[in-house]
Amino acid sequence: MSNIPAELRYTTSHEWVRVEADGTLTVGVTDHAQQALGDVVFLELPEAGRVVEAGESVAVIESVKAASDIYAPVAGEVIANNEEAVNAPEGVNEDAYGAWLFKIKPADANAVNGLLDAAGYEAAI
Amino acid sequence: MAQQTPLHATHVAAGARMVDFAGWDMPVNYGSQIEEHKAVRTDAGMFDVSHMLGLDLQGSGAKAFLRGLIANDVAKLQEAGKALYSCMLNPEGGVIDDLIVYFLSDTEYRIVVNAGTADKDVAWMQERLAASGLEATLTVRRDLAMIAVQGPNARAKTWAALPGTEAASAGLKPFQAAIVGEYFIARTGYTGEDGFELTLPAGEAATTWAALTAAGVAPCGLGARDTLRLEAGMALYGNDMDETVSPLDAGLAWTVDFKDETRDFVGKAALQAQGTRQQTLGLILEDKGVLRSHQPVHTAQGVGETTSGTFSPTLQKSIALARLPLGVAAGDQVEVEIRGKRLKARVVKAPFARHGKALV
Repeated sequence: MSNIPAELRYTTSHEWVRVEADGTLTVGVTDHAQQALGDVVFLELPEAGRVVEAGESVAVIESVKAASDIYAPVAGEVIANNEEAVNAPEGVNEDAYGAWLFKIKPADANAVNGLLDAAGYEAAI
Repeated sequence: MAQQTPLHATHVAAGARMVDFAGWDMPVNYGSQIEEHKAVRTDAGMFDVSHMLGLDLQGSGAKAFLRGLIANDVAKLQEAGKALYSCMLNPEGGVIDDLIVYFLSDTEYRIVVNAGTADKDVAWMQERLAASGLEATLTVRRDLAMIAVQGPNARAKTWAALPGTEAASAGLKPFQAAIVGEYFIARTGYTGEDGFELTLPAGEAATTWAALTAAGVAPCGLGARDTLRLEAGMALYGNDMDETVSPLDAGLAWTVDFKDETRDFVGKAALQAQGTRQQTLGLILEDKGVLRSHQPVHTAQGVGETTSGTFSPTLQKSIALARLPLGVAAGDQVEVEIRGKRLKARVVKAPFARHGKALV
């Protein structure tokens, strides 16, 4: 039912992670997550410079129905957040893989290999 | 295993997202909850509310029994089909449930209660009835389905979908019902829009739902039902009041009838002794974020609490109902604590929106 691009990595808490050419990670929530959340109306994203642990709650996504935490997929430093998504949160519903939420410079470049691949995520949901 | 309404298979076939609500497997949304909300504010939408329970009370003692059972006074119901909203209180003045009573005659009433409280309501009513010595019989009507059709075009689309209903229901005033064959058609609702609540035999629910869909009525889930009722400033049992909250503190004083001094009802003495201790008002969040239930509200008069909160699709802002200290007034600036941060909010008098229009 939901769209799970093969080139991305995933967490069991429904974040997607894209490894960029410079080794930084772009993070968002999956199509499955946006479907479950319903209409997204508010995002609270981490500021650049914040150092985060893997699994730490770093952002909040609020739909009309409920508030949900978003977790850092790996340890590292937040280097950017997506202001465009904050100003138009419905973008998460329209294109979950386009509306990224924040970027992380990972403390360990190999940590991303510990995340789920598309098949693993599909099996997990 | 969650209970299922007669429309359960219809919802699943339509791709609804199903959730547990008070022990029932119910549709929370079909597609976008905001679009469902807008359909009701601007056109027509429908909700399966068959999880709510219909009860029939019949007998020579029915009227006297209800006058002692609930806080509003059924004696004011004179016209056949007239509806009354009321709280049913415990002896301490807390709300056991909020319900609607339809007057059919002095010896015959239809009562509709909430799903989550249905079992305790029936047990309480039976216990009170036995203790009263009055002659009346309470019959549980789980054989019925209920569909709420709401919105400015709801009545016209209902008439188009269900031939034969217009003649008997076109003359209904708000809060009045008519019996049309096997249909019980009430001009009531929980959205702040015009419309009907239809009660019908369970076996006819699916064909009726399909006819309404064909007439252009949008299926809507409990998600939109909640944002619509909150915009309309209507209380939700379990959120805005419960057995520990008095209707006088929950913004429901207008439903408590003290006029007939000779009438006693369960909870009356407690309410008179307690008086009004808190008040329920609306909040509009001025900072970015979403208000939810049970968030602390800091006011000049002390700390209160949100009882229901959501994002209002009509206002495009977050709104809440909050129980606040006496002395707080509409127009006051307050702060709501959300995840450790204090956000600015403005106190308003609910409702926030009805009949397609923002009111604040």
